[in-house]
Amino acid sequence: MSGGVDSAVAAARAVDAGHDVVGVHLALSRTPGALRTGSRGCCTIEDSMDAQRAANLLGIPYYVWDFSERFRLDVVDDFIAEYSAGRTPNPCMRCNERIKFAALLEKALDLGFDAVCTGHYALIVTGADGTRELHRASAWAKDQSYVLGVLTADQLAHSMFPLGTTPSKADVRAEAAERGFALATKPDSHDICFIPDGDTRGWLADRVGARAGDIVDRDGNRLGSHDGAYAFTVGQRRGLQIGTPSADGKPRFVLEVRPKSNTVVVGPKEELDTSEIAGSRYTWVGRVPDDPTTPFDCDLQIRAHADPVAAVARVSTDSTVPELIITPTKPLSGVAPGQSAVIYVGTCVLGQTTIDRTSRVATVDHPAGC
Amino acid sequence: MVPEAVAAYSKTLELVGNPSSIHRHGQHAKRLLEEARERVASSLGADSREIVFTSGGTEGINLAVKGLYWARNDDHRARIVVADGEHHATVDAVNWLVRSEHAVCEAIPLDEWGRARLAVAAEIFSHSPRSIALTSFLWANNEVGSVQPVIGLATLAAEHGIPVHVDAVAAYGHVPIRFRDVAEAGVNALTVSAHKIGGPVGIGALVLARETTVVPLFHGGGQQRQVRSGTQNVAGAVAFAAAAELAVARLDDESVRLSALRDRLIREVLAIPGSKLSGPVPASITGLGYPATATRLVSNTHFTFEGCEGDSLLLLLDAAGISVSTGSACQAGVPEPSHVLRAMGRTEKEARGSLRFSLGHSSTDDDVDALMAVLPGAVQRAMRAGYSNRNVSNSTPAL
Repeated sequence: MSGGVDSAVAAARAVDAGHDVVGVHLALSRTPGALRTGSRGCCTIEDSMDAQRAANLLGIPYYVWDFSERFRLDVVDDFIAEYSAGRTPNPCMRCNERIKFAALLEKALDLGFDAVCTGHYALIVTGADGTRELHRASAWAKDQSYVLGVLTADQLAHSMFPLGTTPSKADVRAEAAERGFALATKPDSHDICFIPDGDTRGWLADRVGARAGDIVDRDGNRLGSHDGAYAFTVGQRRGLQIGTPSADGKPRFVLEVRPKSNTVVVGPKEELDTSEIAGSRYTWVGRVPDDPTTPFDCDLQIRAHADPVAAVARVSTDSTVPELIITPTKPLSGVAPGQSAVIYVGTCVLGQTTIDRTSRVATVDHPAGC
Repeated sequence: MVPEAVAAYSKTLELVGNPSSIHRHGQHAKRLLEEARERVASSLGADSREIVFTSGGTEGINLAVKGLYWARNDDHRARIVVADGEHHATVDAVNWLVRSEHAVCEAIPLDEWGRARLAVAAEIFSHSPRSIALTSFLWANNEVGSVQPVIGLATLAAEHGIPVHVDAVAAYGHVPIRFRDVAEAGVNALTVSAHKIGGPVGIGALVLARETTVVPLFHGGGQQRQVRSGTQNVAGAVAFAAAAELAVARLDDESVRLSALRDRLIREVLAIPGSKLSGPVPASITGLGYPATATRLVSNTHFTFEGCEGDSLLLLLDAAGISVSTGSACQAGVPEPSHVLRAMGRTEKEARGSLRFSLGHSSTDDDVDALMAVLPGAVQRAMRAGYSNRNVSNSTPAL
């Protein structure tokens, strides 16, 4: 229970469904703010009190568990390390993968609980043979199955998402108001919970420090300078501060971040086209496909709010470690290493990989009719 | 609250009249207030004029610590000597004086039993005593139950002309307190709270020797010797007095009863593998000699459980209907590793797995039975859950 309306209503529905529910608020920071400032960030003391109030109303016990140390190591430090390595991390995926459905879940199971229930908008569908599948929420616009794409079968077996069938956020707020929750009108939190003012670049600069480097084109010509390559993301257009326009007058985009030389490579939009995505840190939700080394059709989603695109995926054992290689039917523009590529079959989440590398060239032929 | 205090509270709530008003309603209220003051004074072996009613222990501590500091603070008296392991009201008040009022804090360390080290205190007091504004320490530690060498510390401080404040909140009702006697040894101020002895939350007392000056926290009507302005809480005072009298009258018998219950609890908990008692060991447990002054509060037991997180244990016991404490919780509700245990030389890991089981006027053998029916199982489960910062790695996929 974060103190937000989604988790409060999720808890309420779990109680109504007859489950034995305990509300837990995660303390993820050792120095939480006292009051929530606007709608950014999360987990201030005010949020804790909002969550407690909701739990009190539901008549369920409420506790605060301190995972701040684990969070710092697994999410925050990882965030800094990834940016420093020239990649663009997704801390919410890491938090789900390592904290909410790992550290928290393990502690809960050890203490005798059966599952962790959250306010995520997603659906769990149990097949005829008893296997559980993760699906998109009924309402496409609110679907959060993407950030749950990191879940393994074991984690899914101990998860509950009561909000998956809700048509809209407005419905959840209405239900919260009906139930008497004061937080029914509380704004949603955006951005990264540990960067409450939304200034990721500034936050990173404070921790990684400024390091002047070059902005170059694909041929290696120096076009300008920057204060730290870690602040740039593949596909980024703003904030390049090059000064002189390109020869053809077309806008320039970040094509590559090279941390070793502290260099940022820029170029025209066409060069952002990605025909292949690969990653060695991949997981399956639910079962492993029967023969993942044979290419299979799927839908690929590379951002939480991006539209899925048709693709073909396969596990390749060509290199020293197996990789999940995903080839979109049409090239995608601006795919940043470090992000998660989540693959679906229909509304069912198959699995995901953290993107290690992208390529403009596909290594697999598209099957006919794809 | 004890029933007598509840009854006295409710009855007095029907009273009309502000005790500061001059008309007859006010005079009647004043009479009840002053009678209550006399009864509370009597329970503390103090004079009626020495009792300043406050809103509770936190206010009393703030009034004494800040009040003594400001009264004594010219350029030369900026040092505050405080024992380690004090209650947060003392720690935070002193920290604020350090941050905002140019104070300097020095700590009297605790030994492994949770008692202030007299020899070190003597050294600190004797070093430039004219620069010390005051010293403050607990009569008994609320977490691990260690009873402090109050007379010893007060005597040392008085030798050097250093004012002494004693936080007696946890000791009141469990050990005899005679302000007259400790004042003679050098204590200037002593804080107590009503809700620790079966009285209502919202009222306490600062026992302040007549000659001792404190700068007040509140300015207003000048009530209570100009020390504590504000309309006085007559109903609270009357309930406080009822509870105080009862606590003192029952003290000897309760001490015997509770210490037997406490010792039984300690013996049974120590049978659980991985458990360790924090604080002084009662004689009946060890049968061996232990320092004569290292007594333990009759109402207090405190344990650490190896490999367990306090909040896991608390949740499991709470689910079984048993209310215990992990120590203090910060504002967000996160249980914090005990600074008292750390001051006693325990590691942070040990401090995380601690629980305090307190006994009181309503505690019986049935309560201990209920606890022991649940605790061993809870410890096993909590050990499995381990610490929240343990690494839980995801398994790699088959292909």
